Amino acid sequence: MTSAWSVRWCVLRTAISERLTYRGDFVLGTLVRFLPIVTQVFLWTAVYGASDQQSIQGYGYRDMVAYSLLVMLARAFSSMPGLAGGIAREIREGSIKKYLTQPVDMLGFLFWSRVAHKLVYYAVACGPFALLFWLLRDYFTHTPDPLTVLAFCTSLVLGFLIGFLTESLIGLIGFWFLEVSSLIFIFMMLNYFLSGHMLPLDWLTNALPEDSAWRFAARGILACLPFQYMAYFPASVMLGKVTGADLVWQLLGGLGWVLALYALNRLAFARGVARYSAFGG
Amino acid sequence: MKNNLKVNLSLPTDSIKVVLPRTGPRWRGWPGIWGTERLVTLGRAFYTRAMDGIEVCDLRKSYQVFRKQSGLLASVRSLWSREYTEVQAVRGISFQIARGEMVAFLGPNGAGKTTTLKLLAGLIHPTSGTATVLGHVPWRREIAYRRRFALVMGQKNQLWWDLPAQESFRLHREIYRLDPQVFERRLAELVDLLEVSRLVNQPVRELSLGERMRMELIAALLHDPDVLLLDEPTIGLDVVSQRRVQEFLKHYQAQRQLTVLLTSHYMKDVQALCRRAIVINEGEIKHDGSLEEVIDRFGSFKVIELLFSGDTPPQGLEAFGEVFEMQFPRAKLKVPRQQVPETLAGLLAKYPLEDVGVHERPLEEVIAELFTSTRGAASAATASETPR
Repeated sequence: MTSAWSVRWCVLRTAISERLTYRGDFVLGTLVRFLPIVTQVFLWTAVYGASDQQSIQGYGYRDMVAYSLLVMLARAFSSMPGLAGGIAREIREGSIKKYLTQPVDMLGFLFWSRVAHKLVYYAVACGPFALLFWLLRDYFTHTPDPLTVLAFCTSLVLGFLIGFLTESLIGLIGFWFLEVSSLIFIFMMLNYFLSGHMLPLDWLTNALPEDSAWRFAARGILACLPFQYMAYFPASVMLGKVTGADLVWQLLGGLGWVLALYALNRLAFARGVARYSAFGG
Repeated sequence: MKNNLKVNLSLPTDSIKVVLPRTGPRWRGWPGIWGTERLVTLGRAFYTRAMDGIEVCDLRKSYQVFRKQSGLLASVRSLWSREYTEVQAVRGISFQIARGEMVAFLGPNGAGKTTTLKLLAGLIHPTSGTATVLGHVPWRREIAYRRRFALVMGQKNQLWWDLPAQESFRLHREIYRLDPQVFERRLAELVDLLEVSRLVNQPVRELSLGERMRMELIAALLHDPDVLLLDEPTIGLDVVSQRRVQEFLKHYQAQRQLTVLLTSHYMKDVQALCRRAIVINEGEIKHDGSLEEVIDRFGSFKVIELLFSGDTPPQGLEAFGEVFEMQFPRAKLKVPRQQVPETLAGLLAKYPLEDVGVHERPLEEVIAELFTSTRGAASAATASETPR
């Protein structure tokens, strides 16, 4: 193993050990996160029960429950609780010093720590996830082919990378603002709507007049933003709503966002450290 | 004079030690010769590399600080109109530290000590001036430099809070690319010296402050740095832990010929560890020399300790100096240095004495006096804060 990879491996192992310290709290927190999906199932049951239509905006009752489950899975990859706030706190409190005085890359360090956190989370959550998907298996109306599963897995990885890079970028704004909690709140609000966490993204645009320029523009904007990769895109891939060339282009679009956000992170870090060096420490 | 009188005098050394002020480099004044500065900087860097220590030349650092007036109205007004002041934390300091030297960096709070350490650690850029540590310009933050120095700041820990220190040490082994055998040997040595072998497998959060500081020192020294920057390493520690850290630092520094720059408010640390002290106040160096010189230069008083014979408490002792301790038959007087000989003569003539001693005042008192006397210049600092 090269020394760079042995550092990453060591960071990963150490962060896993750290994550396992508070076992009780962690297991409880992980399991409680499944509660919202139960309420979502009840909600959609009530909505479709009260409606005369079998399908609302192209989604039947079963599709909607399946969508909610898949969004929950995608969010398990793309959500990064505490990352942005943690970076801003390290900048504000000065503990960022250790990254600047040791021969270590801060962003790489944080990335592998986050990978460790996610791995521990999946280790604990995989049982409840499997149980939930098995219990609600009838809601998935079609069986995906291996290529779709592969595209879905790729979209989850893209979601993780975009989620990490977006949150770390917000955290790095702490070099300028010190306190970023309002920014995090704005980001979470936007993410809730624009990632498709609350409702499928095509519902948002379908509210606009059919074949209008507004609907076309809104769809274009939503497709160009990185938010969809954090919830909507993986779910639509698995539900078979994105296929063929469209799927390839959207995957490439996600990769483009990863590269762009990576470059922005590097730029923000370099500029931020220069600013930190000039004004404080 | 009684027959049994013992006179124990450590009379003042009247030699005058002239410490020349370190002026800024002359080449800075050469106008119009393009590249002169660069050439001199390169030359200086080459020299420092040969010296393998620390060289600081006319280093300055100023900050802009938001000045907020008290009150709600002022808070609202500050939303669109802010007043900034420029605080000059370090004002053109220059010094050299040779390889293997351990130097104390003394000064009151806000004197510029920590700012200087941050500059030397590469955490902040100077406003002007140059510095090289081990031939590296610190604020370039080259990886090669980061591998050769360590910074320990008293209460900012680099250990993983919830894990045993052992885990952090392993991470350091990878970060600094240490050979596993060398790492194990060095760790065993440091753990043994600092007497923490039973604690390395205990979560850091469960350790006492003193134990944590010892672990911090191990983490800082595992990669065998050539330069160690220590900011208040014994702050908040009990006497036993302080002494243990002091003894360790003394032993380790002598053994490894480590270059150490140490800030501390505990003069016992300083006296135990350093022969040379740089005194900084208001961002300027007030003294650079031996600790004895600090006392010689700034200790304007000496202490005369008296042991009276007989049963009658002495009368009129105040006429000879400031009596700051009186527990008959013992008394202590603070006397201006220049007046020690005549005061002694007067005391011996007037009182029946069994023992007399003349001592330097404790270093912390001298330093405190020095800082207090220079604090009068605080107005100068305020004057330099230019409202914007």
